[in-house]
Amino acid sequence: MIPSLLLPLLGLGEAAAGQGKTFWMPPQASTLAPDVDKVFYFIYWVDIAFFVLMMGAVIFFAFKYKQKKEGEKTSSNKGSHSLELVWAVVPLILSVVMFVTGFRVYVESVIPPADSYDVRVVAQKWSWAFEYPSEGIEASELVVPADTNVRLTMSSKDVLHSFFVPDFRVKKDVVPGRYTVVWFNAPEPGEHHIFCTEYCGDGHSVMLNTVKVLPQDEYDAWLASQQAVAEAEGDLTGVALGESLFTKKACVGCHSIDGTKLVGPPMNGLSGRTEELADGTTIVADDDYIRESILAPTTKVVAGYAPSMPPFEGQLSETEINALIDYIKSLD
Amino acid sequence: MSPQTANTYAHPENDLTPEVNYLNATKGLKSWLLTLDHKRIGVMYLVTILTFFMVGGLLALGIRAELFTPEGDLFTAATYNKMFTLHGAIMVFLVLVPAIPASIGNFVLPLMLGQKDVAFPKLNLASFWIYIFGAAFLVFTLIQGGVDTGWTFYTPYSSDHASGSVVLTLTGAFILGFSSILTGLNFIVTIHKMRAPGQTWRKMPLMLWALYATSVIQVLATPVIAITLFLLIFERILEIGIFDPSMGGDPVLFQHFFWFYSHPVVYVMVLPAFGVISETVSVHSRKHIFGYMAIAGSSVSIAAVGFLIWGHHMFLSGQSELQGAIFSFLTFGVAIPTAIKNFSWIATLWKGSIRWNTVMFYTLGFIWIFLIGGLTGLFLATMATDVHLHDTYFVVAHFHYVMMGGTLFALITAIHHWWPKMTGRMFNETVGKLTFWLAFIGYNLTFFPQFVAGTQGMPRRYHQYVPEFEVWMQASTIGSFIFGAALFIMLGYLIHSLFKGVKAPHNPWGAVSLEWETATPPIEHNFHGLPVCTKGPYDFDEIEEGA
Repeated sequence: MIPSLLLPLLGLGEAAAGQGKTFWMPPQASTLAPDVDKVFYFIYWVDIAFFVLMMGAVIFFAFKYKQKKEGEKTSSNKGSHSLELVWAVVPLILSVVMFVTGFRVYVESVIPPADSYDVRVVAQKWSWAFEYPSEGIEASELVVPADTNVRLTMSSKDVLHSFFVPDFRVKKDVVPGRYTVVWFNAPEPGEHHIFCTEYCGDGHSVMLNTVKVLPQDEYDAWLASQQAVAEAEGDLTGVALGESLFTKKACVGCHSIDGTKLVGPPMNGLSGRTEELADGTTIVADDDYIRESILAPTTKVVAGYAPSMPPFEGQLSETEINALIDYIKSLD
Repeated sequence: MSPQTANTYAHPENDLTPEVNYLNATKGLKSWLLTLDHKRIGVMYLVTILTFFMVGGLLALGIRAELFTPEGDLFTAATYNKMFTLHGAIMVFLVLVPAIPASIGNFVLPLMLGQKDVAFPKLNLASFWIYIFGAAFLVFTLIQGGVDTGWTFYTPYSSDHASGSVVLTLTGAFILGFSSILTGLNFIVTIHKMRAPGQTWRKMPLMLWALYATSVIQVLATPVIAITLFLLIFERILEIGIFDPSMGGDPVLFQHFFWFYSHPVVYVMVLPAFGVISETVSVHSRKHIFGYMAIAGSSVSIAAVGFLIWGHHMFLSGQSELQGAIFSFLTFGVAIPTAIKNFSWIATLWKGSIRWNTVMFYTLGFIWIFLIGGLTGLFLATMATDVHLHDTYFVVAHFHYVMMGGTLFALITAIHHWWPKMTGRMFNETVGKLTFWLAFIGYNLTFFPQFVAGTQGMPRRYHQYVPEFEVWMQASTIGSFIFGAALFIMLGYLIHSLFKGVKAPHNPWGAVSLEWETATPPIEHNFHGLPVCTKGPYDFDEIEEGA
């Protein structure tokens, strides 16, 4: 029997008590976590085997062939091609297996399911803000419903940051000037650390936050209370803010929302559409493309339209850009 | 000690400690500072590098002291950030990159080739002074109050957010690059054109293969970092958007440029270490190295593949997933030649006559440390696990095991192995072996707990941290002070040996590579006659005939 103290060290046990927490890994609080840990412990055991085998040989040889006196005879062995072949091929095969298993779980981790619930994350020195485009609220902590696929679309107002939830095994850099995406599904209610893992200056180590996973009914109650607060303050957020900006910034003058061709292309159904550009290439209209087309519109002009839109670089806040994109994406 | 082994170069004068050697042939400070003698230049490099290592090491102890408790109570966040930035910049640019090639390499390379000097002695001196000039910028930055970009200078933080003398630091690193390029160039030409008669490529000590591969990387990769740093200086001073998105630049482009140099450069640090270990594991087990061509070839292939895998630092940076997958796959390509080297060293021990001396202890300590460093790299090459471990203490522990543990333990091995040749004195073996255990235990206690903190999720570059990581951080801090103490003891007994050490015989280890065929310490021009190489570098007298 293995002493119970050793179990977590071996990556076994404690599954019930700490939701999959082991000596090496934190609790498994997302659907992804068990898969990542499987890959981790596969490599771990391969490593242990190699380490024991190789250091075992070193220590064994060091004692067995310890020099008794200077000048004693040694073997004339200078190598062995068959042995060399073995220790080149075995690591090669194991490497390929590691790559493949790691790659498969990675693919699972980077492609958000189509039915994901959208939350926008805006990072700045040194705090996180969370926008709920479809709910019209903005929150200072990340609250999500349990057992739901959640997609975070992240951007930064200043420097590089990185969004990390150890218990979920998800991490992604947050890059100024573009969007990056992570997704997760937390099956059980609970609270988990959010760390910033890309150095961002004096407040880097206090750029912490918490993700609160609530049961659906509690989540709905939280949403309602947040919406009541937002309504009382009268601040527009999300799609509603985007709609108002669309008029206020005079977008509506050149872009129809019903498919009519004006000076610029119509906005309805744009999201996810493949557009042909003036230079003959095509592009899928995702968040990054819409963002670029607002801030620097003449970079990638849709075929058939003149590059006449003024740039909005520096005239919209991160929240306003996000709101406009969300509004445009909401148009069918 | 063993009877002196004789190569075909037997010159009776070489068996005696010469009255006049390279250390006392000329006197005065000027005779050192303006010397063209590769041996003196190597010694000057060694002294300078060890001095900077002490500065970088003391900064590390300051960092560890701060992390003893979760609260940020010893230094302010700003000071802490400057400390880890300078620790990294000094250790990478001033210590690890030149550590073995410029100091030990400079000293032994011409000797191993049976030559009087490197191909371009004046260039060699120039590269030393360029190094000092570049180092002066970093020292000046330190005096000025430091810089807080991290040694990686990631944009846009470094473009317009960081405080301190960013341009000064970048200029220093820029200048240091030229020193590195010139040393590399010098070594490549010397190895190609100046081998002893009879010394074919396959009769070169593996140290020279390692230095050769290293030099190729230095010459090819360093210009890229020079251009990158120059562009960043440009962006900061002239506010032209190259990397800063608020000016239309691309921050991820900087990371590509940066790692295109900074990944290959880890092999500049560690390939010479492989070279050292290939020498010492064979000499001190009195057995021919196992798989000579495999080790030599793996040095060259690591240097080549090392250029194709920079993107594994950027799986989470926003580069495309496909790019990430390709970089991940290629990264495993480096694991294979590295594994071959490790297996070959271990097989060399088999049926040898293994000396239990300080050099061998450090050699085996290196294998232990490098094995842990290499094996933990597999978690980082694999994409799914790298997502969790990236930018945590796991990465900190991993690269300290490979870069710092690997390179430093090999440098210590090299200093002890060639100490008699360099100084003409023997150090105290008993103190040396005891110090090894202190250093080895201290080292592992410092960095092993950081693996656990990392897998549990502790991010790097944190001035304060959540309490659940405290136990790992405390173990690490205790280890670092033990390790620091061991290094000071080492400094003490090595300096002691300079004055009180037993005079070294000309070939105390019974090695058969050419540097041991001349007097100890060598005369100014290395050899009295022209050595001819008829014997391989690992053909020891003890090896049995036949088979």
